[in-house]
This record gives sequence, C-alpha cells and structure tokens, in this order.
Amino acid sequence: MEHTIKLKVNGISYDVRVQSKRSLLSVLRDDLGYIGVKEGCGAGECGACTIIMDGKAINSCMVLAVEADGSEILTIEGLSDGDNLHPIQKQFIEKGAIQCGFCTPGMILTTYEFLKRNPDPTEDEIKVAISGNLCRCTGYVQIIEAITAAAKEMKSNKEQ
Amino acid sequence: MSFIGKSIQRIDAVSKVNGSAKFIDDYYFDSMLYARIFRAPVPRGRIKNLDLSAAEKLAGIKGIFTAKDIPGANIVPVVEKDQPLLADEVFNFAGEAIAIVVADDPDIAEEGVSLIKLDYEELPSILTIEDSINKTVPDICSKPDNIFSHYKIRKGDFEKGFKSSDISFEEEYKTGYQEHAYLETQGMIAVPNPEKTITVYGSMQCPFYVQEGVSEITGYPLSDVRIIHTTTGGAFGGKEDVPSIIAGFASVPAVILNKPVKMVFDRAEDIMTTSKRHPAWIKFKTGFSKAGKLLAIKVEFYFNAGAYSTLTPIVLWRGLVHAMGPYACDNIHIDAYAVATNTVPCGAFRGFGTPQVIFACETQMDIAAEKLNLSPIDLRQINILKVGDSTGTSHDLDESVGLEKSLHLAADGIDWKNKFIPPSEKTGRKRRGVGISTLFYGVGLGAKGGMLRRAGAFIQVYRDGSVNVAVGTTEMGQGSNTVFAQLTAEALGCSPDNVTILPIDTSRVPDSGPTVASRSTVMTGNAIRNAADQIKHYLLLGASELSGKPEEAIELIDGRVLTAGNELKISFIDVVEHCFNQRYHLTSQGWFKAPSTSWDDDTGLGNAYFIYSFVTNTAEVEVDIETGEVEVLNLVSAEDFGQPINPKMAEGQIEGGVIQGMGYGIMENLYSEKGIFINPGFSTYLIPTTMDVPLVKPIIVNEGYSKGPYKAKGLGECPLMGVAPAITNAIYNATGIRVREIPALPELIIKQKKE
Ligand code: FES
Ligand code: FES
Repeated sequence: MEHTIKLKVNGISYDVRVQSKRSLLSVLRDDLGYIGVKEGCGAGECGACTIIMDGKAINSCMVLAVEADGSEILTIEGLSDGDNLHPIQKQFIEKGAIQCGFCTPGMILTTYEFLKRNPDPTEDEIKVAISGNLCRCTGYVQIIEAITAAAKEMKSNKEQ
Repeated sequence: MSFIGKSIQRIDAVSKVNGSAKFIDDYYFDSMLYARIFRAPVPRGRIKNLDLSAAEKLAGIKGIFTAKDIPGANIVPVVEKDQPLLADEVFNFAGEAIAIVVADDPDIAEEGVSLIKLDYEELPSILTIEDSINKTVPDICSKPDNIFSHYKIRKGDFEKGFKSSDISFEEEYKTGYQEHAYLETQGMIAVPNPEKTITVYGSMQCPFYVQEGVSEITGYPLSDVRIIHTTTGGAFGGKEDVPSIIAGFASVPAVILNKPVKMVFDRAEDIMTTSKRHPAWIKFKTGFSKAGKLLAIKVEFYFNAGAYSTLTPIVLWRGLVHAMGPYACDNIHIDAYAVATNTVPCGAFRGFGTPQVIFACETQMDIAAEKLNLSPIDLRQINILKVGDSTGTSHDLDESVGLEKSLHLAADGIDWKNKFIPPSEKTGRKRRGVGISTLFYGVGLGAKGGMLRRAGAFIQVYRDGSVNVAVGTTEMGQGSNTVFAQLTAEALGCSPDNVTILPIDTSRVPDSGPTVASRSTVMTGNAIRNAADQIKHYLLLGASELSGKPEEAIELIDGRVLTAGNELKISFIDVVEHCFNQRYHLTSQGWFKAPSTSWDDDTGLGNAYFIYSFVTNTAEVEVDIETGEVEVLNLVSAEDFGQPINPKMAEGQIEGGVIQGMGYGIMENLYSEKGIFINPGFSTYLIPTTMDVPLVKPIIVNEGYSKGPYKAKGLGECPLMGVAPAITNAIYNATGIRVREIPALPELIIKQKKE
C-alpha cells in the first residue's frame, strides 16, 4: 500500500509517497537525503538513527514512515545554524568525543533533547540519558565530558 | 617542535558533528542496484542443486550470481588463497556465501534470497577446538590434520629450567569470540567504468588488499582496479580482510551487469558471517626461583581459526611472539596451533592474537605472586623487560622500553599500596579488589610481514601555501589523518590548518600495506617525513634567497619564518610563492621501509618486530559474591607508545580500547548452537554502554623511539589487550575466585566459586 505523508524536516515541508512498510529512517535517508541519520542496527538497539520527532528523541528505525505523518522532525543537519555549530556540537569537538563519528549524530540529538528536559544534569543522569546510544570507539569518557561542558555552556548562554 | 605533542582538533570533526561526513551507505549512484547474499544453512554440506527459478521470476531482480559466474578467479586472497568468494560444490561454515542476488532495491533482493531453494547433503562437521585436535572428522581444511598453521619457540632448555625452579605450575585457560561491533556495518559500492575498469568505494582498513581481491575476482589487472576509501565507522581489525569479500560481492554483478552495485550488510549478517577474534585454548606452565625469577615457560595453545585460514597464520604468529609476556626468561618452549573448524573464519581484531595469550600469561603471574608470597608488582619488577634485556624471542632491546615506568605509574594510579589486601581478609557480600597486568606489543607487521612492510606518501604544495597529502593507510576513527596533518605541518613548517589529507585512493599512492598492527604512525608518518624533507629542502633554499640569511639559520614553524628565534617579515606563503617563481619542485613522493627484523622458524628466535610498545593495566572491581556480578570501578592504563603526537586523541584511543578490553573480559559473549551464532544483535551480544563504564585513567609514558617519526611508536591496539586479566586478577583479589576463562560472566564466577 502506498500513502502520501506530510513531514516537516528541519523546517522544510515535504509530501512523500511511501509504502506502508517503510521505516522513517529509510525515508529520511533514501528519499529525502538526510544521510546524517545513521543506521547501525535497524532494530532499535544502538541509537545511531536517533532523530527528534515532535520534540522527542526517537529511534527512527523503529517508526514506520506512515506513523510520522504530520510530524515535525529535527535531524543532525538541522541542528547547527549554518556554519554556527550548536554548543553540543562544539563541545563534542572540543572534548574529543568523536572518533569514527558514526554514533555522533544520534548521540548529539539524544543529548539535545535531554538537556532541554534537564539543563543541569549530574554525571549519572547523563549516563542514563545516553545509555541507549552505543559507541564502540570512545569508551564514552570524552562524550560524557562533552555533554557536561555543553550543559554548562548552554546554561551560561541563557543567563547572559 | 610546534605540533608534536599538541592536542589539535580532529581535522574531520566538523563533518562528523553536522552529519555531512559520508559513510559508504550515504553514497548513491545513478541506476545503482543492491546486492544481498544467499548463504549456507548448516556448518558443512555438499550442494546438490540450487534452484533459482522462483527468485529469478520476481519483479525487480536483476540477476543472481553463483561461483560459475565469477569472471576471474573464485578466490579471496589473504595469506593463503584457500577461501572462495562463493562456495562451489561444498560449503564449510554456516553462513558461507553461495549466491549474490541483485535487484533494484534491497528489499526485493532480500525477497529474492528467500525464494532460492538449496538442495544439499549435510556433511559431518567440527565445531570446537577439541574436536578439531581429535580429528573427529578428518581433513576438513586445505591443510593436513585440520591444522592451518603451527609455529614454535625453542629457547634454552625448558626442562632444565623447570628442574631448577623452586616452584612450577601449569594451568589451562579459555577465551571466547569477540565481535568487533563497529557501529557502521561492512559495505562497498562497485562502479564499473567504460574501458573495462572498475572503481570500488567502501568502508575498509586496507584498500590495497581490496584492490588485489577485486583484481582476482574480476580478472582485471591491478592498474584497472581503483579503490577509494570512504569515511569508515570503526573497524578494529574487522575491516582488514572482510572488505575484500564484500567488494567481491559488489564487483561480480557490477562488471557483469555494467551497473553500480551497493552491498551493505545488515547487523545480524555482519555479526553472523564476518571475522571475529579467535577463541583460544591455552595450556601454560611457568617455573620460578624462590626469589621470583622466571626460569622456564612452556605454552601450548590453540586458536579456533574457523573454516578458512584468512589472516590466521599471522594472527597466530603474533600470539606466539607475545605468549611469554614482557619478561626476560632464558628457557622457553612454545607451540602455537591454529586449527580448522566448520565455523566462521576468524581474523584480525585489535591485539591480533595477543589478548588471548596475555590473559593466560598474566593470570599465571598473579598465581605465581601469591605462591611466592610476593606482591604482583614486585614479581613483575623482578622480571619485566628493561633496556639491555632480551625478549622471549631473543631480541636485545637497546632503547625505548617504558615498561618499568608504566608499572609504577599504573600501580600508583589505582592506589595499589592501600588497596592491595589479600582476599582472605575480605568479608561481606560485595567485595572489592585490585588487579594488574603488564604487556609488550610489537609495532608494525614484524618479521613475517614480508613485502608489506613499507608505506608511501605523496605531498603537493600549492601556490597559495595549501598542502595536499595522499597516504596509503586509512582513517577509521582512530585519528590518523589528524596525526598525519600534524606531522606534515611539523615537517614542512606550515600550519596543520593548511593541510588536507586526501581520501585514500589506490591510484594516487603506491601500495602501502595494510592499516593494521598499530603501524600507521611510524610507517606512514616516516613516509610523510621523507616526502616533506624533499620539499623542505626547496623551501629553505627559497627562504634563504628571499631573506638573504643562510639556509642553516632558517627555521620554518607554523607558517612563520625565523632566524635565531626572531620572526622575519616573510611568511611561509611568501616562500612558497618565491619557490613557484623559481620553478622549484614542491611536490614529492615519500617512501619508508620498516627497520630490519629477523626470524628463524626452527627456533622461533629473532628480532621479531623493529620496536615494541609497553603497557601496564590496573583495575579495581567490586564483586557480588552471591550473584557473581562484577562492577568495574576503576581502570588505569599506563602506556609507552613513544612520543604522543596528539595526547588528547591518544587518551581517546586509550579510553576506547580499555572499554573494549573490559567488554572482552567480562561482558561480550557470542553463543552458538550447532555452529550458528544465536545472539547476533546488540540486545543479546552486549557491548559496554555508558552504564558499564568505570572511571578510566589514561597515563602516557613517553619513552621515545629514535627511528619513529619525532620518536613516536604505535598505539592503536595497546589499550585493549591487557585489560581482561587486570580485571580477572582484581576479581581474585576481591573474592579468592580464580577466573581461567573469559568472558568472566556472573554464571562462570559462581561456578568457579563452587569449585
Ligand atoms: S539503527 Fe535505529 S537503533 Fe540502531
Ligand atoms: S565514535 Fe565510533 S561509534 Fe562512537
């Protein structure tokens, strides 16, 4: 069965024809070209495909495209303001939280939603928040440092 | 030195945080087709009939290819040429590829796979090391007695050594599979070109291996096979030999159908059918004097190689060379065997055959320390390699041995003095303990590396002062491109911001061997220096002509031109401009051949590697003695890999490697039933998450190596290898429960406790 769905991705509106069995992940990547959404497992087990849908961080491999009809989506491509990186992106670079980079988009978007909910997290809260995002390269140490620093930076930006 | 030892930002960082970095699955070509693989259902069988008719009728299927369709040779060339790309007549492990199904989209290809009907006769198979040794089924591989390789060391007189020992004891150890679990699965795209040439893009460590593989499979000469490396989402050894296979799956249909073909594995397929760390069975005997001097070592160990030999011979050889540990000992007798089974072929994984033997060796040391009533630190202090000592293979070490320093730094790092309390003094349900391990690691391919032990680099300086560098070893996340930019900037005197490291392209650089064995920094780094020195010669000449100062008095640093520490009014760019006007040649080829090594197969002695890195790991754990659950609290890793080029990235390597080592030691377990892995996903094959991560303390011990680029050695694999025994020794220190098998899962600890 084919359906036409409406998606708003990083502020751009799309009407897309999709088969009912297609995942949101595949539509974002293959039809709309948002290659920053990564597939690490296709089974909801790694977090590489994380996007923000209607304000919530979700695994896009576990959502059917038709279920996303009418939703607003943020992918990694939409996080920075042109060349101006978001503080989370900046801190990931600064703290060395990137190695191969395959987990990075998902990790950053999970962090983005988390810091919205909890702008002043403890290290344990950070660990819990990103525990669904696997990283095989970094051992997470510098990722946790980056998130801690990003929270600080975002807080002080707000206060200014 | 301005960029050596400086933590500059990763040069690929921005593309990786904004989603623009392109991994292989992010490439699309016009009229591209998708391949999926039909695979053997059981461990061993004879193909009676393969019925493709239903699959061929499916709309959207563009072709189905079996062994007989391969245009060149049906071979995956690695060390031996014993593995076919597609099984023909017989198959030798469950999951072995039999047919490539190509369609307009991956779902249709997958459906095509499900419609293929295989009629086969199941043949008797071997699934374990024990059965292979006992030859319960004879001749399951290309070599006699089910043994792919056997290497040995015969040094001194081990029997005499044991006789003169005050204590000696023998133990048996087992280690399991480890899955690489790189976050990006394997993938390649083959693009046929006019005039019968082919370009293959993909995720890989070793473009020159892939080039050879595609050349064999297509029958095209090497000159007509071009391999381009794409951003690679982790590899850890898993993308050493396997990408040649994936490239074959894409290239066969690509050249026959004359269309680009994408082959990207899904996660379960990747876990079930690609190489792993070899499981091992190890018998280890050691003898000591009362004072703790190591007098004799006898080891017999077996690796489960799987159905084909792939990289096994050199993995086994590395295991052999490191099996006695980083200790001086005069009497050593080692036999290392790689045996065939009808299981997935094992290959390279960070550490390359050494984590297995290090686990055994370092547990022996822990047991010995207790028997000798010495602390594990003191026992190591007595025996570890120092400058002037000779390794187990009789390599006299004349420089760059940082083991003693690392031993004490790692001990202090975990507060050993206060925390090392015998298990008998511990009570309660949750008990804490500390453990230690030491290791050495040969950098580069070593004496068995043959013609592969070289690397090239190509540098071109442009008129505006920007610099392109082409290299032959790959960035897969470890940060080598950033290190290369730093080395180039240092050698030329420009800023790393002006340096672009090009994606690896086999048409641009000479075969530089594989990106493995912690060899990139030394090998490619020295090739870059060699290329840069040729250009530097002209830059100094140009700077001298422009400034009127003698060449010897001029220094180029970070884009500035200095004499006697004073900055001149001219800049790097002015000098480049002048050189262009003078038609000086600012393009060069660099080349580096590894320093010499030696090896004697009969005795197993020689200068196995040109230099070694050294590591001490310490661990603190808390064990629940009711459930056997282990919480790792602290991991310290003190590592001598020579001069660190980029300390921050080096720390990242250490942290990541240490956590992989922790996974290997206590978490990661592949279960198999009848030769088929039954937990091929991240919810069942558990790798460390943030919830498992302890405090990790990386310590850099810098003992420079005179022949390394700016005194660097190699790092990549060091962090992983000794973590498991540091943890299992800590488990002993906490509980008195001795772990002789990894992964040390809770059920195993409870079982050991009862014994
Ligand atoms: S790809 Fe969606 S969770 Fe792994
Ligand atoms: S950086 Fe490679 S998986 Fe996280």
